[in-house]
Amino acid sequence: MSGTRPDPSKLYYREVPATWWLKKKSYFFFMLRELSSVFIAIFLLVYLYQIYQLTQGPEAYVAFSRRLSSPGWILFNLIALLFALYHSITWFQSSAIVLPLRVGERELPRNLFVALNVIALVVISLIILVLFLRLKG
Amino acid sequence: MAEPTITLNITRYRPGQDRAPTTQSYAVPYKEDWVVLDALNHIKDQMDGTLSYRWSCRMGVCGSCGMMVNGTPKLTCAAFLRDYYPGEIRVEPLVNFPIIRDLVIDMSDFLDKLKSVKPWIIRKEEKPVSQGEYLQSPAQLEAFHQFTQCINCMLCYAACPVYGLEPKFLGPAAIALGYRYNMDSRDQGQEQRAVIGNHDGIWDCTFVGECSVVCPKDVDPAAAIQRSKVDTTKTWFQSILMPWGQR
Repeated sequence: MSGTRPDPSKLYYREVPATWWLKKKSYFFFMLRELSSVFIAIFLLVYLYQIYQLTQGPEAYVAFSRRLSSPGWILFNLIALLFALYHSITWFQSSAIVLPLRVGERELPRNLFVALNVIALVVISLIILVLFLRLKG
Repeated sequence: MAEPTITLNITRYRPGQDRAPTTQSYAVPYKEDWVVLDALNHIKDQMDGTLSYRWSCRMGVCGSCGMMVNGTPKLTCAAFLRDYYPGEIRVEPLVNFPIIRDLVIDMSDFLDKLKSVKPWIIRKEEKPVSQGEYLQSPAQLEAFHQFTQCINCMLCYAACPVYGLEPKFLGPAAIALGYRYNMDSRDQGQEQRAVIGNHDGIWDCTFVGECSVVCPKDVDPAAAIQRSKVDTTKTWFQSILMPWGQR
């Protein structure tokens, strides 16, 4: 079959521009999904450090927690929360494709899978919030 | 009243003469029931016989007429002018492939990759025809049926940014077709399709998902790739946990 190949010296190769992900909405949202991991990772590292402060005594913990309540950190947490929510939704959407729900031989609609997971996320989050408020109060 | 027209801005590239592709505009008659391919055929027949492009069946079966229509990979036989009118239409050769001439791309890379996944039924031992066919239940067919619909039009390769950035990537259609045979209850050749599980196979995929969006036959290559990732991981863990097992 190699005889049918075109002469490589006459082909024109196009470059993928560095801004390819700005060319299409779906590419942009894909990049946002990938970027969400950075914010979630930073949040978790800070959180781990906060827990580590517990081993350094109550003063150290309170001092660090106070630093975290500055407007800058609150803004960061807000952004990280939005990214975490976006990441969760896209995770459910991806899971619906990877592990389709089946009833008998029929595949259930993917939106139903996503909806069930979102409901579970909301319910579990609410339970944790209630427990947290009870323990605090 | 003058007949309404629609403008097509088409990529031109003459190998050996042009340094880089240029764009040429054609005003073709606007007809409601025309698709982009009809407009290209009108140009070729009536206006400029030098325009080169691939097409054959004009009914979404052959997979030859895939091009970028306003930046989206489409079968031009299924892209109606009325969906763009009165705007202009930009027609380019499928991206992520080298251009041979005008709208014709070099598909050798895809054909090599398609062959590498051995998209045919492989048996450890063929049984003679006299023993009858390999039977399959409707449920077993359902497990891979949608992946048999692929027409090798390569729209998914043009939609895949990973393939554009990493040309070694095996790509959506080849993996989906390999997966189709791996899922076929009559097939025993999974080990011969190890290329799917290699680094340049499924693990290059970052799950952008556009391959499944642009597919004109509703094949879901993104699902095939992610499910292959799960299967491969399971097999790998089994081989670690139970090295004395069959797999």
